[in-house]
Amino acid sequence: MAEVEQKDSGGKKKGKQKKMNIRVDFTPMVDMNMLLLTFFMLCTSMSKPQTMEISMPSNDKTLTEQERDKVAASRAITLILGSNDRVYYYSGEPNYEDWTSLQETTYKDDGLRAMLLYRNQEVVSKIRELKKEKIETKMSDEEYDKRAAEIKDSKTAPIVIIKATDDSTYKNLIDALDEMHICSINRYAIVDLAEGDEWLVENYEKKGELTNQIDREQMQQQ
Amino acid sequence: MPKVKVKRKSTAIDMTAMSDVTVLLLTFFMLTSTFVEPEPVQVAVPSSVSEIKIPETNVLQILVESNGRIFMGTDPGMRVPMLQEVAAEYGYEFTDQELATFQASDYFGVPIAQMKSLLNLPFDQQTTVMVEQGTGIPIDTTANPSNEFKAWVKAARKSNRDMRIAIKAAQNTPYSEIHKVMSSLQDLRENRYNLITTLKSVSGDF
Repeated sequence: MAEVEQKDSGGKKKGKQKKMNIRVDFTPMVDMNMLLLTFFMLCTSMSKPQTMEISMPSNDKTLTEQERDKVAASRAITLILGSNDRVYYYSGEPNYEDWTSLQETTYKDDGLRAMLLYRNQEVVSKIRELKKEKIETKMSDEEYDKRAAEIKDSKTAPIVIIKATDDSTYKNLIDALDEMHICSINRYAIVDLAEGDEWLVENYEKKGELTNQIDREQMQQQ
Repeated sequence: MPKVKVKRKSTAIDMTAMSDVTVLLLTFFMLTSTFVEPEPVQVAVPSSVSEIKIPETNVLQILVESNGRIFMGTDPGMRVPMLQEVAAEYGYEFTDQELATFQASDYFGVPIAQMKSLLNLPFDQQTTVMVEQGTGIPIDTTANPSNEFKAWVKAARKSNRDMRIAIKAAQNTPYSEIHKVMSSLQDLRENRYNLITTLKSVSGDF
């Protein structure tokens, strides 16, 4: 390819025509290309980072209090993100009497996700059907989004309240938010930890000792 | 015994094909590349399944290190108005020279009181000094007026109304640090923002 046949007429010996084979050495060229290639490969960001959009409730104290009361107890699930990647949850109102009302789960597929999918199965199955329909009927993306939003706004879908303790990490929070996306839960909020929640976790860790203690104190008073 | 004559072969390899390939790859990388903006600190972000891409412009990036230090990065066009706004609020003044230096730096994260001395350092030393000795942008949620973080966000919003806020935090940051940032943003009624993550693939169909 890189050989050029050339008729050299002006050789040392005049009169004798010599066929010369000129070969261009491409090695330096390849070297240089490789260098540039390495430079570009190291300096580029091929994929743009992903983001998650969240909207937080405003910090207006009175408003959040009202909103929280609106959450029907039967629909609410409260997640408490604890230290060392531990996560607890309770449904509805916290039950301070019974320490087993708070349950521990994990961030793994069979933990939090399984629980949320089970609680949200109505919406999840509808979304699944919608996805199937989308593939079969070639629904437009806008229509799919619209219908998915309608399904997710269902009146019976669970509402998740995420409460992160100071010992939990940012990764825990993102994992929890991620599960909301995966389990098609549209209504969730990140709420400050209440004192009662910390107590619940402590009570859980001590297997109901704190409740017993209070009971004993009450008995003594009587 | 007759000598076995080994035919001498030329060791030169034809590099043309190789050259072709490298040029092709080079062209590809040159055309697709968008350069990585150098960040003052390396932050390992958590992964999520979210597939929303972050826009390239009109972004205020809040970089939170795992120990809670905060840095900020914005579009070059927003930088100078922001600094002027914050400086006016805290009663500092910057010369044109200092403003030009500020314009050229990618990320910033020092208390406003130290900004002047930092901007007067040689340009190539600024980032290292900021990272090694800096304390990041002061943030304090105990409702004191020296919450400079709030002042910066407010100034950014004022200089660009279409700005989006993106939080890029290390995955092992304690929630207490993130909470400070989030509640400061909530106080400013910045209730919508993005959290930067990397893509995680999820097995199964949900």
